[in-house]
Amino acid sequence: MSGGRGGVVLEAVDLVKHFPVKHGLFQPARHVHALDGVSFALKRGETLAIVGESGCGKSTLAKCLMRLTEPTGGRVVLLGDDITHLGQGALRGLRRHMQIVFQDPYASLNPRWSIGSIVGDPIRLHEKVPAAERRRRVAELLETVGLDPGFADRHPHELSGGQRQRVAIARALAVNPSVIICDEPVSALDVSIQAQVINLLKRLQAKLGIAYLFISHNLALVEHISDRIAVMYLGQVVELADTRSMRRELLHPYSKALFSAAPVADPDASARRTRIILAGDVPSPVDPPGGCRFRTRCPWKQARCADESPALRAVGDRLVRCHFAGEPGFPAPLS
Amino acid sequence: MVALAIAGPLLYPVDPFDMVGQPSVPPGGEQVLGTDVAGRDMLAGLIHGGRVSLLIGFMASLAATLVGLVLGAVAGYYGGRIDDLIMRTTEFFLTIPSFVLAVVLVAIFSPTILHITVAIAVVSWPSVARLARAEFLAHRDREYVQGCRAIGMPDREIILLQILPNALPPVIVVSSLMVATAILTESGLSFLGLGDPNQVSWGYMIGVARSVLRTAWWMAAIPGAMIVVTVLAINLVGEGLNDALNPRLKQR
Amino acid sequence: MSAVLEVADLAVRFRTTRGTVNAVDGLSFAIGEGETVALVGESGSGKSTAALALLRLIADPPGRIAAGRILFEGRDILALREEELREVRGGRIAMIFQDPMMALNPVYTIERQIGEVLALHAGMGREARAKEVVELLRLVGVPAPAERAKQYPHNLSGGMRQRVMIAMALACKPKLLIADEPTTALDVTVQAQVLDLIQSLKDRFGMAVLLITHDLGVVAETAHRVIVMYAGRKVEEGTTAQIFKDPRHPYTQGLLEAAKWEEVEGAMLREIPGAVPSPFDMPKGCAFSPRCGAALPRCRESVPPLVEVAPGRPVACFVAQERAS
Repeated sequence: MSGGRGGVVLEAVDLVKHFPVKHGLFQPARHVHALDGVSFALKRGETLAIVGESGCGKSTLAKCLMRLTEPTGGRVVLLGDDITHLGQGALRGLRRHMQIVFQDPYASLNPRWSIGSIVGDPIRLHEKVPAAERRRRVAELLETVGLDPGFADRHPHELSGGQRQRVAIARALAVNPSVIICDEPVSALDVSIQAQVINLLKRLQAKLGIAYLFISHNLALVEHISDRIAVMYLGQVVELADTRSMRRELLHPYSKALFSAAPVADPDASARRTRIILAGDVPSPVDPPGGCRFRTRCPWKQARCADESPALRAVGDRLVRCHFAGEPGFPAPLS
Repeated sequence: MVALAIAGPLLYPVDPFDMVGQPSVPPGGEQVLGTDVAGRDMLAGLIHGGRVSLLIGFMASLAATLVGLVLGAVAGYYGGRIDDLIMRTTEFFLTIPSFVLAVVLVAIFSPTILHITVAIAVVSWPSVARLARAEFLAHRDREYVQGCRAIGMPDREIILLQILPNALPPVIVVSSLMVATAILTESGLSFLGLGDPNQVSWGYMIGVARSVLRTAWWMAAIPGAMIVVTVLAINLVGEGLNDALNPRLKQR
Repeated sequence: MSAVLEVADLAVRFRTTRGTVNAVDGLSFAIGEGETVALVGESGSGKSTAALALLRLIADPPGRIAAGRILFEGRDILALREEELREVRGGRIAMIFQDPMMALNPVYTIERQIGEVLALHAGMGREARAKEVVELLRLVGVPAPAERAKQYPHNLSGGMRQRVMIAMALACKPKLLIADEPTTALDVTVQAQVLDLIQSLKDRFGMAVLLITHDLGVVAETAHRVIVMYAGRKVEEGTTAQIFKDPRHPYTQGLLEAAKWEEVEGAMLREIPGAVPSPFDMPKGCAFSPRCGAALPRCRESVPPLVEVAPGRPVACFVAQERAS
């Protein structure tokens, strides 16, 4: 397996994805700005979390990275190879290095096939091994994810949500990938099942050194599982830092509001902390506001925010997309 | 019904074109179901006619389903220009009244069983293609399909082994209904005298009986009833197939 | 505090082709005036079924309220005639759902839908209704309420629709608001807005709120008292502080750990093994026993009754009861 530069397994460089919106005959073409210049580097064995609300572009990001949808601009570099413009044939061979686990295990497994063939498919496609060997590997994979090997003969509808998600993970593991993109892997599961799946993902990472790009809107979960966190808003990364420093302080007004809004399962803590309640909803990603994209909801906005769109810049140990972040006393406490 | 049609010549070896008795004998005599205007045995006609009707019905809808599925699958899965091209062609066929088109096709070529089958298939495939396209379009962006693309599965395999089994049930229901429509279309063609002159079919029998409808109603009613029963039976089979093909329902 | 709602021994059964399912079994609780009570549980715990049963909204067949008493303001809901029931529904007790798009009719304007409730329960004339609708929308924080009133549900964002639902629920100044997963479909920042709104309106009108949710974070921020349900039964009850600081039932303990991810940095979470049992295949004895690390032999034999382990703390667990005595 070829290695990436400096232990980087997956890199996004200035990824852009615009979707055209259906428009009338005489209206100018409009675009959904799903991603606007997203860059990050994922290191071997690390977990980078992407958090944000609906419409921030986090699921589009996953699809662009997997080339399930074609990015409008920018590059995707997997293990040192630029895969942005690879043809489907060449891409197919590299797919084994990057796998994806979807949110809804009810939709991500084909109901017509047995668990054995669902998990065995990647092996069949990427390695020429006899059927008996493949069955043995499938049994092994099922055991790895904590399922009885006898499940190979069952169909998805006979399994519970948690079991299905384990199957999806086994399938992703089948070809020993370096990266797994986890797109909200537990948000469709019951609370008491979520911990099982999260622990499984962590165990697998410790054992196999897989890097996770962990997409979620559950902030408590993200703080638990990730090494670094990227906060996205309307197609842009607004803050990216170590989870530890994020726990210590947040510099971008949106990250601050987002983390303060998340309910905490501790009545004392929720009574103590001050919640920043943002006004309004996330604006439509169709022709988003000019200047800083967060200015329409930002309690600290100033004239400059409308005129000039802030760049993602280094402030201390992190990257922040805000003109004022890092200035002493910003953001000032709200009255 | 199918068994009867296949085994018919063995069970009742009377040539349907033989004039075996008096013309226009009502049912119940020497010939169980009577004879037609030319004195031909009705039962023999029914059985042999059934062979022709069913053969045309099944072959025509099989051909239409295959063509429709392939075009619909390609259009739905790939989208874009291919989709536009296929769908515009489909719509072109759909705008022409299908029966009229079938009449024209059969009239241009000679009215043999093969040509009638082809003509019916030609007018039937667009509805399958539209349905198949809609199904493939709906499944294309489902997570399980994306998952298959993510593990590097070739398009051919995704279409045939992943989406097709899920898209098939509604198509099968439609094509089983199409068998019924095909039988009716064939009957209509025969009724207009555009049937294969060397073969008896149910529609042909009704067509012959039309002139004596008031004096010998059974001549038209009996093959008519056969068509109704067959069409109903095929519809029931179609629904049964749909249930049987659904793995979730199989459990219950 | 006098009780607005008192539920005693409520049982809801569903008849299916695979047998009868006890969706809710022997559920008793009370809600005081102006109090917020949270009904917490996972899918299949019966929490939503219980909420629907309170307004006799269970589809019959296949469902049936098999036993119990539901006293609302001293009247037995189960004994009411249809027209009396209609007066209570949407009038004295209002309900909001997880997905406001399902509860709003897409072909009518917001004004017409809220106005309908007013016409039905308050008997207002057309002019008065139009004014009241705008007033209500303003109250729930919909910007430009006069314009919004003329729009259709699909013109609004998810958060706005939930606000409209709340406005509709508030239209008749109900005594009790049943909120079934009101913020589950919403984004975090919008969820905070809606919870805040429910809280301030509750204080203002003195409504009681029955909050149905699986999200313990939401519970911690809003509820006074918590009822934990598992597989159709109440397994534990207490004040919010009691439940969060001193959970007694192993299931509650597991749920709480699973909700406090951010505190367990790096280490493994304590997980609850297995899955919620199928209602067709309930284990013998305590329904939680197959997943419980502390289960005793008798947990697998008989169903533990609800016993107070401390004043106001009923718990249905033999282990917790033994520890307390």
